[in-house]
Amino acid sequence: MRYILKRLIMSVITLFLIIAATFFLMHLVPGGPFLGDKNLPPNILHNLNAKYGLNRPLYLQFFTYLHDVMMGNLGVSVKQQGQSITGMIATYFPVSMRLGLVAIVFAVVMGTIMGIGSALKNGKGLDHTIMVLATIGTSIPSFVVATVSMIIFGVQLKWLPTYGLDTIQSYILPGFALSFFPLSFIARLMRSSMLDVIHQDYIKTARAKGLSEATVIIKHAMRNAIQPVITYLGTLMAGVLTGSFVIEQVFSIPGLGRTFVDSIQNLDYPLIMGTTIFYAALLILMYLLVDVIYVLVDPRIKLSK
Amino acid sequence: MDSAKITDELFVPATKEEREGVQSMREPSSYWHDAYKRFTKNKIAVVSFWFIIFIIILAVVGPMISPFKYNQQIAGSEFIAPFHNWAHPLGTDNFGRDEFVRLMFGARISLAIGIVASLMVVIIGVIYGSISGYFGGWVDAIMMRIVEIISSIPALLIIIILSVVISAPLRAYLDAHPTYTALRSIGGSLLCIFITFALLYWVDMARMVRGQILSVKTEEYVNAAKALGAKPSRIIKKHLLPNSMGVIIVTATLNIPTAIFTEAYLSFIGLGVSPPMCSLGSLANDALEGIYSYAYLLILPSVIISLIILAFYLVGDALRNALDPRMKSK
Repeated sequence: MRYILKRLIMSVITLFLIIAATFFLMHLVPGGPFLGDKNLPPNILHNLNAKYGLNRPLYLQFFTYLHDVMMGNLGVSVKQQGQSITGMIATYFPVSMRLGLVAIVFAVVMGTIMGIGSALKNGKGLDHTIMVLATIGTSIPSFVVATVSMIIFGVQLKWLPTYGLDTIQSYILPGFALSFFPLSFIARLMRSSMLDVIHQDYIKTARAKGLSEATVIIKHAMRNAIQPVITYLGTLMAGVLTGSFVIEQVFSIPGLGRTFVDSIQNLDYPLIMGTTIFYAALLILMYLLVDVIYVLVDPRIKLSK
Repeated sequence: MDSAKITDELFVPATKEEREGVQSMREPSSYWHDAYKRFTKNKIAVVSFWFIIFIIILAVVGPMISPFKYNQQIAGSEFIAPFHNWAHPLGTDNFGRDEFVRLMFGARISLAIGIVASLMVVIIGVIYGSISGYFGGWVDAIMMRIVEIISSIPALLIIIILSVVISAPLRAYLDAHPTYTALRSIGGSLLCIFITFALLYWVDMARMVRGQILSVKTEEYVNAAKALGAKPSRIIKKHLLPNSMGVIIVTATLNIPTAIFTEAYLSFIGLGVSPPMCSLGSLANDALEGIYSYAYLLILPSVIISLIILAFYLVGDALRNALDPRMKSK
């Protein structure tokens, strides 16, 4: 319990620092959010600043913002009139989440299977093929996977849709592009940890007991070999999340990632801040969860440590 | 033992000839020599290494000797497909700019970003990590807490925010100081990428160096060297430095593709270098609009960037195996 409490406090501190950093960085930008528009008359600019509370002392604005964030109110977008940011996140995030979950599940399942297969056939043809693929897979940027697979399967062969997320088929290309890197990474991770485990004494014991090969692999070897993959889950989620910025752009998916990138290009500061804080909170929570799960799965690590 | 037989002659230092008899016949093999031999045994890594050298030469020399400039627009020769016109072997883009020279120039920018960013990471990370490792105690505790917090921040998110925030004031600053010609020629957006990288990616390096120094400091052979009366300078030179050097070099090499990766990513969401300057990532991003008709504009930079990243990873991996002395027995 103490461990979880300690991690929780660290997470809250990190989140606070992120909110503070984002807030003050945003206000460093000269001009503010309305300067990009056509030259507004000074009195209108003044009124706009007054309306959004931008003319008050910075530290007061910060405390107001902090209070609002804790209340779940992330402010309103300054570019898309009257749209509350919490509302926008509620609209767009589920789209990203569905795609992200598809990618994560695919990456973990396929990566684990490939890693185990590779480890069991260590040194044989299958092992080499999987490892060559995985090495290549970890060095191709996701936007390359996305665009090239889009050209091949969407534009040339016309097998799969190239935009939106309306049908089941339309999940295939973006999901594949999003999971390509983590899949390769997990396959490598799983292979090396499986190779470690397979030579342990308790595996020999299990075999000596006369258990079937499948039981030995699934019940004894895999359960222990999967630990590094669980540790990687937090990073994986961060990767899928940032990957979604690019993938949603390429496939015109109306998710939060694309909204975030658009808000950056429009310099919609409240939206940038709101989305960043949401993403950061989400990721920090995920890291925390992964740590807790890791401790629960591995009885060798004591919670009280 | 008959004490009469022990004479002073038994304690005379050995002559030169006598000493040669007990010296080993094998040429002493230095750490770097061993590492070099291990590295060259890995054929894939050697090929990757020469590929990187080839790309670097092409990226540095190519744009200089090419008849076209990377930003030279040739009206009337837009969208020439590759291998159709020998003046433009890899075709031209939507403004009639020669794709070959743009690719070489883009590779130059991407490589420069990778190498400069990695160097900055080395400088910051090594200094931070070694201070933390040497001093230990509460200095170490505080410094590592800071590292912990920075590394728990989703890096790309902060890089995005930083590049949004820094680029405008940086450009304004550069415009206000026309005398900083060197900085101006690099350009605001590139500088911004360097800064954001240096601010975030040193964390891993600092951790690595600290861990390495901590573990080497307590190794038995360091204790043995101390017991044998080795001076601290010798311990640092012969033990701490070579052992940390491997980790530093490997991490630095593996940082280069990460930096190239991240730059490409930033360019792809419109935060990278500003036109007409181009990197491999921005070339791919620009090509996205014409993806249906002019796929080659997208595929060429994508393939090159993937190959460069792959080559750096393979070299980094091989270096890790070659430079880690504990792998020697395997």
